[in-house]
Amino acid sequence: MYRYDEFDETLVRERVAEFRGQVARRLSGELSEEAFKPLRLMNGLYLQLHAYMLRVAIPYGTLSSRQMRRLAHIASVYDKGYGHFTTRQNIQYNWPALIDVPDILDELADVEMHAIQTSGNCIRNITSDPFAGAIAGEIDDPRVWSELIRQWSSLHPEFSFLPRKFKIAVTASAEDRAAIKVHDIGLRIRKGADGERGFEVMVGGGLGRTPYIAETIREFLPERHLLSYLEAVMRIYNRLGRRDNKYKARVKILVAEDAAEFRRMVEDEWARSDKDSLDAPLDEIRRIRRHFTPPKFDRLAAESEAFDAARAARPEFDRWVKTNVLPHRQRGYAIVLISLKPIGKPPGDISARQMDAVADLAERYSFDEIRATHEQNLCLPHVRKDDLFAVWRTLDAAELATPNIGLVSDIIACPGLDYCDLANARSIPIAERIAERFADPEEAADIGELKVKISGCINACGHHHVGHIGILGVDKKGEEFYQIMLGGSGGADASLGVITGRGFSSSEIVDAVERLIRIYKANRDDGERFLDAYRRLGPETFKEALYGDAAHH
Amino acid sequence: MKAITANRLYDGVVLYVGPNGGFVERFEQAALFDEAAANAELEVVLTRDTAIASAYVIEADASGPIGREALRESIRRYGPTIRKDLGKQSEAANERL
Repeated sequence: MYRYDEFDETLVRERVAEFRGQVARRLSGELSEEAFKPLRLMNGLYLQLHAYMLRVAIPYGTLSSRQMRRLAHIASVYDKGYGHFTTRQNIQYNWPALIDVPDILDELADVEMHAIQTSGNCIRNITSDPFAGAIAGEIDDPRVWSELIRQWSSLHPEFSFLPRKFKIAVTASAEDRAAIKVHDIGLRIRKGADGERGFEVMVGGGLGRTPYIAETIREFLPERHLLSYLEAVMRIYNRLGRRDNKYKARVKILVAEDAAEFRRMVEDEWARSDKDSLDAPLDEIRRIRRHFTPPKFDRLAAESEAFDAARAARPEFDRWVKTNVLPHRQRGYAIVLISLKPIGKPPGDISARQMDAVADLAERYSFDEIRATHEQNLCLPHVRKDDLFAVWRTLDAAELATPNIGLVSDIIACPGLDYCDLANARSIPIAERIAERFADPEEAADIGELKVKISGCINACGHHHVGHIGILGVDKKGEEFYQIMLGGSGGADASLGVITGRGFSSSEIVDAVERLIRIYKANRDDGERFLDAYRRLGPETFKEALYGDAAHH
Repeated sequence: MKAITANRLYDGVVLYVGPNGGFVERFEQAALFDEAAANAELEVVLTRDTAIASAYVIEADASGPIGREALRESIRRYGPTIRKDLGKQSEAANERL
């Protein structure tokens, strides 16, 4: 893992001290709320319906056990005993008091964490593949480049007052586990024609009220030029992005207007730029890379007798392995996904006690590494197959062994109207009820991969546009209604869901989802996922299931 | 009728303007105003009080928030409709949502 150097440490400590002063002046009345609000937002502190919300950055989703224990400690001491993992690999606390936030930030700084880049019109926390360094087939470790971008973008003076927020995601695999095509910039590490390593640069993806899939503006950028090219993209955006209308201010609007022209401007800017002074020196990239040296894996047999025996003896363990364990690139190891979607509970929530349990497991069994995923789950990236049974038993005892990764109850949901000041409708209760409807693990396994994503307003924090089944909560004359979108995907085959028709009331929506699943099961080919069946069959079959004859009127 | 709601500065807790002009935590103790009086009182609150993070007028009658924002304001009144083991939503009143 990356460790702070003296500059990182100083920067974060100074920022905490500065915010402590700002909070004191606000509490004394010296600063007005109007003056204070942008200052607190720059430190990740929002005001929600019932309380403040502090969003803590987890750069590219990587955590050590020490950091996880500190997050647990903060949840117990300063909050209501839990935290909430978000769709950008961050964690949010829903109940911190303003007077405590400077102390919380100091506690975070002790473990090299902060809340910078989690709000405001800056380059936000960088996200990446949660399986980085563990999955087979990676071209490179995306964390190296994510860390470089983090350092470059943190408090970058030229890009701290952008027209709107700006999100960058990096991956190095063919499979996209970071939703890069719905980010302002998506970077896919790839090999060029002569075997040289570089990036495919995608720009202008995004969700919200006007969703777009990103356009590739450069098929291949040699890796040494990453920062100068990002600088060129940011300069064009900073110059031309609209500042008069926040709903048209994201870079996706510029790219959608004329992608070819946007590309031409970026390329011109880049051609003119002083690459030597903008690109990171090779020494610095090497220094960062050293922090991501692979752990010292044991030489193990590919198969584990103990593991196979436990699977045969314990059907619940076997079921969990099928859904929550993935192959590792190192022989004898596995990637473990920890579901934060227990049936009938808020997606992404985790108690302090559970955080401590995960920290203990990471320390003992996963080279001290934990990852947060953008699907609001956690991951232990490097677990010996021999240890999987012990890990499962501990997770099970901590109520963290729900065997549902990628299944219908592994729902992404934004906080919605239960917490959020912007929401029009509740999301979490809908997620809880859908999960309860499909609580039977055998039925869920039979339905197979199905990504349900729920947002409580058009800002789309619940990624509903890229759900196989997307659900958008809307307010209709003071009542919650839920629109259904079908056919979205946030993966390598990214697509935007298409709205089916009229919305459903809160009491109708779970039945509507069940009707969609029933029609899928009745029409699927062998082994065909919901998304593939939808793409093959087309929307009419599914609309018919939702609305019956009404769809044709 | 109208009520005036706010979030307390130091911890964000939901407040209402009470009968004597001070803040109360429970809607049951909130004062009700007609529209003109509510707007006038809000002005007073916003200029006088620095110990709040936000304040605005809501539609309400003696039973609670009403009108278009009734659901949102009921959730503010009783707490989230989830995690009923915690906070003010653990109180029985939340069953009404």
